Amino acid sequence: MHRLEGLSKLSGAERYLDDEPLEGALKGCLWGMTVRSPISRGKIRRIAYGAGFDWSKFVVVEPGDIPGPNETYLIENDQPVLAPGYVRHMHEAVALVAHEDRNLLRRAAASIRVEVDADPPALDFRVAPRADQIQRGSDNLIKKLQIKKGDVHAAFANAYKIVEGEYETGAQEHVYIENNAMSAWIEDGPNGDVVVVRGSMQCPYYVLNALKHALGRDETRVRVIQAPTGGGFGGKEDYPSTIALHCALLTLKAKRPVKIIYDRSEDMAATTKRHPSLVRHKTAVDKSGKLLAQQIEVILDGGAYVTLSPVVLSRGIIHAAGPYTCENVLIEGKAVLTNSVPYGAFRGFGAPQTIFACERHMDRIAHALGLDPIEVRRINLLKDGQTTSTQQTISGGTDRHALLNETLRVSAYDKHKRESEAFNKTHPYLRRGIGIATVLHGAGFTGNGEVYLNSKVDVGARPDGKIEVLAASTEMGQGTNTVFTRIAADAAGYDTADVVVGVPDTFRVPNSGPTVASRTVMVVGKLVERAIDDLAAQLGQNGKPLRGPSLKKAITDWHTTNPGKELKGRATYTPPPNVKFDDKNYVGDAYATFAWGACVAHVEVDLRTAAVRVLDFTAMQDIGKVINPVLAKGQVQGGVVQAIGWALSEEFKFKDGGMLNNTLTNYIIPTSDDVPPIRVVFHENPYPFGGGGAKGVGELPMDGPAPAILNAVAHATGADARAIPLTPEHLLPLL
Amino acid sequence: MNVLLPNSLAEACDFCAKQPDLIPLAGATDLLVHWPLRQAEHDKTYLDLSKLQELRTITWSANSLTLGALTTYWDVLQDPRAKSDFPLLIESARQVGAIQIQSRGTWAGNIANGSPAADGVPVLMAYDASVALTSKSGTRSVPLHEYYTGYRKSVRRSDELISAISIPLRRYDFAVFHKVGARRAQAITKIGLAMTRESAKPATWRVVANSVAATVKRCAAVENLLHAGAPIRKPEDFAAAIASDVTPIDDIRSTADYRRTVMARLLYHSLKGVSPAIS
Amino acid sequence: MGFATSQSSMNHQSTQSSATLNGTIAIRFTLNGREVEIAVDPTERLLDTLRYRLNLPGSKEGCGEGECGACTVTIDDLPANSCLVPTFQVRGCNVRTIESIPTSSLQPMLETGATQCGACTPGVVVTANWIKEHSSVLASHTLRALMAGNLCRCTGYDGIIDGLEKWIGNPKGGRP
Ligand SMILES: Cc1cc2nc3c(=O)[nH]c(=O)nc-3n(C[C@H](O)[C@H](O)[C@H](O)COP(=O)(O)OP(=O)(O)OC[C@H]3O[C@@H](n4cnc5c(N)ncnc54)[C@H](O)[C@@H]3O)c2cc1C
Ligand code: FES
Ligand code: FES
Repeated sequence: MHRLEGLSKLSGAERYLDDEPLEGALKGCLWGMTVRSPISRGKIRRIAYGAGFDWSKFVVVEPGDIPGPNETYLIENDQPVLAPGYVRHMHEAVALVAHEDRNLLRRAAASIRVEVDADPPALDFRVAPRADQIQRGSDNLIKKLQIKKGDVHAAFANAYKIVEGEYETGAQEHVYIENNAMSAWIEDGPNGDVVVVRGSMQCPYYVLNALKHALGRDETRVRVIQAPTGGGFGGKEDYPSTIALHCALLTLKAKRPVKIIYDRSEDMAATTKRHPSLVRHKTAVDKSGKLLAQQIEVILDGGAYVTLSPVVLSRGIIHAAGPYTCENVLIEGKAVLTNSVPYGAFRGFGAPQTIFACERHMDRIAHALGLDPIEVRRINLLKDGQTTSTQQTISGGTDRHALLNETLRVSAYDKHKRESEAFNKTHPYLRRGIGIATVLHGAGFTGNGEVYLNSKVDVGARPDGKIEVLAASTEMGQGTNTVFTRIAADAAGYDTADVVVGVPDTFRVPNSGPTVASRTVMVVGKLVERAIDDLAAQLGQNGKPLRGPSLKKAITDWHTTNPGKELKGRATYTPPPNVKFDDKNYVGDAYATFAWGACVAHVEVDLRTAAVRVLDFTAMQDIGKVINPVLAKGQVQGGVVQAIGWALSEEFKFKDGGMLNNTLTNYIIPTSDDVPPIRVVFHENPYPFGGGGAKGVGELPMDGPAPAILNAVAHATGADARAIPLTPEHLLPLL
Repeated sequence: MNVLLPNSLAEACDFCAKQPDLIPLAGATDLLVHWPLRQAEHDKTYLDLSKLQELRTITWSANSLTLGALTTYWDVLQDPRAKSDFPLLIESARQVGAIQIQSRGTWAGNIANGSPAADGVPVLMAYDASVALTSKSGTRSVPLHEYYTGYRKSVRRSDELISAISIPLRRYDFAVFHKVGARRAQAITKIGLAMTRESAKPATWRVVANSVAATVKRCAAVENLLHAGAPIRKPEDFAAAIASDVTPIDDIRSTADYRRTVMARLLYHSLKGVSPAIS
Repeated sequence: MGFATSQSSMNHQSTQSSATLNGTIAIRFTLNGREVEIAVDPTERLLDTLRYRLNLPGSKEGCGEGECGACTVTIDDLPANSCLVPTFQVRGCNVRTIESIPTSSLQPMLETGATQCGACTPGVVVTANWIKEHSSVLASHTLRALMAGNLCRCTGYDGIIDGLEKWIGNPKGGRP
């Protein structure tokens, strides 16, 4: 089955928010813009609206215009909708302006000056804050978490060798190609007027909750509709709540529809990024390379507000020990508040950072012991029946050793290794090398997260016999609609043409949870199957559910006898059996299941320029059952290339805590000419509790490439690089 | 915004003579970047050269190649003779932006824009090109290596337009172009190098570097080293000459150290074996 | 940057010139095979004219700086970033947008997964279609080099390159 909306996208017919004419609900629409902070921390003395503009012709929103609490609803409601007299990061939203003439609005907005008294910002999360930089508790700590298994200290005392290392990763910008875009208008409803927000987003119910909270309305008086979304990668997970609130506030004040479309430089400067990290490893090993103790410290830069940092940290520490078995593990993690733009969700959600450190460290252990990096991985890879750092017993039947061997075979690892070593002896300035990483990725929300989410899916049975999937899970390029259609059709015994996926609209779809954490196919897909089972059982006779044509006929018959009524199948999340997690002590089943993978990078380093080029890349993934090979492969290839960018070129330049290179000219993502074809191999092993037998695929590909590439650079040149992005400027001194 | 739409070069020069602050507009690939954000520039007056067919010419004569001011990178890439006679023009054109930029960006715009990172300029300079500056009072020719007077400053008067670029046809036995950017395509140069050796007797070296000084820079000290046949055994042997020729800085794209080091390495590895003194 | 709080000049008038009328310029050009006549403000970019005035929103704005290629159209049969073209410059030109490419021809790109989120896709398809119509450029350029002006953050490019190879019937175009 091909991507459902594929031809519409390829032909340019798909209508994203900014493509729509200002008609219908958007008739008389104003453009909105955001006035932002010029400093990283300080008091706002005054917002000076420039002379020369008739401000009575503009709609201006300041914090006083917010009907409810000036808070963006999330884990902790510490982030204001508009900074109330005090700013905590550069480019923080301070006020809003709108006008129907977009160019005039741009000029007017540029005339606004935010007058401030600066306070000393905390900008380096790696060092303890000075007294005058403290803004939260006594130490700016957002969250502290610990995982403890066995006794690392005793193991260190008896170790054959102790290997230590410090690893750093930088911020990363999502660079979805469609910038943030949101619209809002007011409609009549049975309980009074309704604020409708429609835009580019991953998680309609996050937006709904934010609107309810700050506008002081219940869910009958706010409505959120997803518009076609041109990429997200986590970047449209929590940020759209902010821009939706901005849009809604302007529309409430103007009593007219409002659209806010960010331009690229605003989107890059003001929205969330991947958390920068610092990870320290101290590992006890025996002579053979077996891990005896892993002590790991993880520090994340959380940015100026809490946002999602506690959960990013949680996933980060759970993945920090890698796909290995070790009896003694101590992982301490903290997320620290700074005056950077708040860091948020980004594909992998903390795991790529800690896996980078772990996988680079594994190679350094091998090096310290004079062993082959493959061997060190082999003897430590988890086997079914062994436990992870949280003492989760691994099961499921994936043979990780076979997976590793297969990866080596399809990537021609030995051949590339031999040839590289020969090549390096003769070439005057090019050096080739090969590197590996073995990874895992917990699928779905961490710990009891899925239980708390309590996700729901409905399927509507339409009078024409077709089935409509009603879920809040969004299509943003990753193929939700296509995969849901396939899963629903298979479950119902239908032709895919008889399945429709409804537009995520909080007036029509139940909360199936956020579209994040590689959970959509596995968790929500399973709910789609179960909702269809429920429908089939409702219509079945003698407890025998209906399928295929008989189901379709039963639906049309039902509607004939119940005209005008609604028929729905429903499902609510239930956890797989025997999954238990103690989220206070971080002990137990952190995830219902893990996806597993290995990847091999073959690179070439130019000693003249220190530029690294990836010559060949293989990604092996166990994602359960592959539901749509083209879509799944596309997810892996896209994730790998995003990870190559993170590893080699996507460097943030900061000035006073703000992003200096907030343009596509200066923030360097890979082009088609910078990357090789990405070889993808799936190791299939159906997961019985996932939709269609699938586990998550979206994030795993982000985990392995960066360490594999740096391991390859080390093999090629001997350079012991431990920080990414490894730009030529950073590599040059190491050569 | 106001825009003037001349029908001929003469008319364009008339406009320039009358209004000294006109901004010429060719392929607009520099001028329109982030255009909606640059509202202040919408208030200026522009002179659209894009329809002046007389400037859209590539002319080969017995002793030179002349590129009319509207010649684009793509035009040169399509020229049947450019590759054999001026291979560096081809190499640099292929590495400017991507095809969408090559199709509209002009060589004259690249010169006039005055960016020290310009990729068209070093290769033209290494081929000893000169710039034809035309005004109401006539045309004068300025050697490209004397064109710039400082960061984004040049000898071009405000009533002058670049009307053509002229490159003498000479025999070269060595020519190389290096562009080091942050990625393989669509990248602004962090350090670039164009070098030629004219096979006259005695051989004449031209070494030009970009992104390492306030302007694209002809490197006299490096050239002297090569003319003198000084023995060179490692990249560092160029260090003193580099220090006297260029003044790289730390900026958003790279560092001074990186630029200096890479320049030395590119010089060394490109020249190794080319002359007996360098091994 | 414009969204921040920098100063901007307040002079908001445009003066007349010999070739402009009421501050606008009347131009004529061929758009997707049809003659178009339109009066444009001199500050208008072709991308905005197409999207907001001529009801052709297929071309997208990904950056407004010439990097991403989401706004790619062809002008006189060469790919160009319409965000960098003042509309008055296309007077007399032949402009083609994504809307000129028949949907039925796009099946090969669909099959290989050339689109995911779709935001880069119209620009990708315009460049790809141009390569298909000028396959002689493959004698001197690889597909990967020719596509380098179209940034895609979703596909990792393989779906695009594979689709293009299939589309033009050149199984080797993308490999170096
Ligand atoms: C995405 C992108 C990538 C790029 N990549 C590269 C690159 O790799 N290497 C590189 O060198 N450049 C690059 N550029 C910059 C630009 O494309 C080139 O400098 C190009 O040659 C400019 O030519 P143009 O005709 O488009 O100039 P315009 O934008 O029309 O004009 C540029 C300047 O020159 C002046 N001007 C133009 N023509 C004349 C004339 N005849 N007489 C007097 N003044 C004149 C203008 O007034 C203006 O100041 C890139 C630009 C973009 C947007
Ligand atoms: S919008 Fe024109 S190149 Fe990005
Ligand atoms: S398909 Fe999303 S950016 Fe290309």
